[in-house]
Amino acid sequence: MPWFDYLKPLADGAWITVQLTVFSTILGALLSFIFGIGKLSDNWAIRAISIAYIEVFRGTSLLVQLFWLYFALPIAGDAIGLDLRLPPVVAGVAALGLNIGAYGAEVVRGAIQAVTPSQYEAATALNFTSRQTLWKISLPQAIPEMMPSFGNLAVQNLKDTALASLISLGDLAFRAEQLRNYTQDSTTIYTIVLLMYFGMALVLTAMMRVLEASVGRWRGARS
Amino acid sequence: MSEPIIKFEKVVKSYGNYRVLNDLDFEVARGEKVTIIGPSGSGKSTVLRILMTLEKINGGVVSVGNEPLWHEKGPNGLIPAREAHLRKMRKQLGMVFQQFNLFPHMTVLRNLTEAPMSVLGLSKQDARERAEELLQLVGLSDQAQKFPNQLSGGQQQRVGIARALAMRPKVMLFDEPTSALDPELVGEVLNVIAKLAEEHDLTMLLVTHEMRFAREVSDRVCFFDQGNIKEQGTPDELFTNPREERTRAFLKAVLEG
Repeated sequence: MPWFDYLKPLADGAWITVQLTVFSTILGALLSFIFGIGKLSDNWAIRAISIAYIEVFRGTSLLVQLFWLYFALPIAGDAIGLDLRLPPVVAGVAALGLNIGAYGAEVVRGAIQAVTPSQYEAATALNFTSRQTLWKISLPQAIPEMMPSFGNLAVQNLKDTALASLISLGDLAFRAEQLRNYTQDSTTIYTIVLLMYFGMALVLTAMMRVLEASVGRWRGARS
Repeated sequence: MSEPIIKFEKVVKSYGNYRVLNDLDFEVARGEKVTIIGPSGSGKSTVLRILMTLEKINGGVVSVGNEPLWHEKGPNGLIPAREAHLRKMRKQLGMVFQQFNLFPHMTVLRNLTEAPMSVLGLSKQDARERAEELLQLVGLSDQAQKFPNQLSGGQQQRVGIARALAMRPKVMLFDEPTSALDPELVGEVLNVIAKLAEEHDLTMLLVTHEMRFAREVSDRVCFFDQGNIKEQGTPDELFTNPREERTRAFLKAVLEG
């Protein structure tokens, strides 16, 4: 088979990889904010749940989380009489999102805590509630600080999607493995796959940079 | 002295073993302009920070408008204030910070309208009108759409003053408002404060090292030393004829620099 015949099946796989990345990154971003803010809550129960989530998902292997959601959860569900079988895409997006969200939550927490105390003093002096202070004062200043780390996490996440091929999701890594089994042409196939992941990472990095610039416009303002 | 708007009774504030305020008794009358001077560590800024509820007290009672600030009435006497009480009390106070503490992600206009809208519930239109009046007062009408980091320090501090005034406080607290400024920018900020001092109803409490200015605008000057008022009086009394040796030494050191 000439090398360009690999492109069609690999492109199909790449499309799945893109979707996995986009959905799990969005899920991860949501979880990052929920639990990153939660970890700073005055309410001990919310704080405890946030810490538990972050530690469990940071402290266990992504591969095991993926297998657990896909293989173990349905059996656990059976035991309590619930159908918890997840389609591979859902299990993949959930595992990736939950994993990246745990790392992202620490980024969110750190960025919020890095807002200078004098900003909180100004907010108190103007009588903002703690919720208003979070939404109007600290988060808008913290989000631009989070963006470089979020960019790293997003690229990390893109590469982690390859693990989803192990629950028979037809992503780029899965297609590559299929083709290789069929043709034994490892060098060509994995070179193309390498370049495809790299290309997707470049696009993702560029997108994150645009996002970073747009949320931090005020920082560049100079007369 | 007429009825005090601010009253400290035997107030103690300590950090660990260090007593910043040592059984402080202190009163400010409605509309009075009081300047606090003194060496660093004497507790002068702490007085303002306690009033703005940025620092808790360890003993005594602070009252604003005849109501305890850090306490509220419980079934059996005074109990420590809760957030709702503090929010009610804070309405009467405005503060200007040494480092301005403007919100860097908001335009000048937004710095002035955000709190009136979200805290006082003003409409966008009303908040804007109020902000524009204040910008005119501090001479920055043409800077409304800029971000704080596009302004000079003196301009930023004038925005800081306008931002505090936008909440219509009864008491304005100035915590070394010109200490972070280049010398040539001090005047423009002091001019604005002097203009405010002409307002009869506004009570002003100013911590500063600008002795000449203190002399011009204050009704009373308090010299703080070791967490208490060592000496106080009219500017003329205190600056020309200090009674205490400690005051004389401080003034000599500051004025002769």
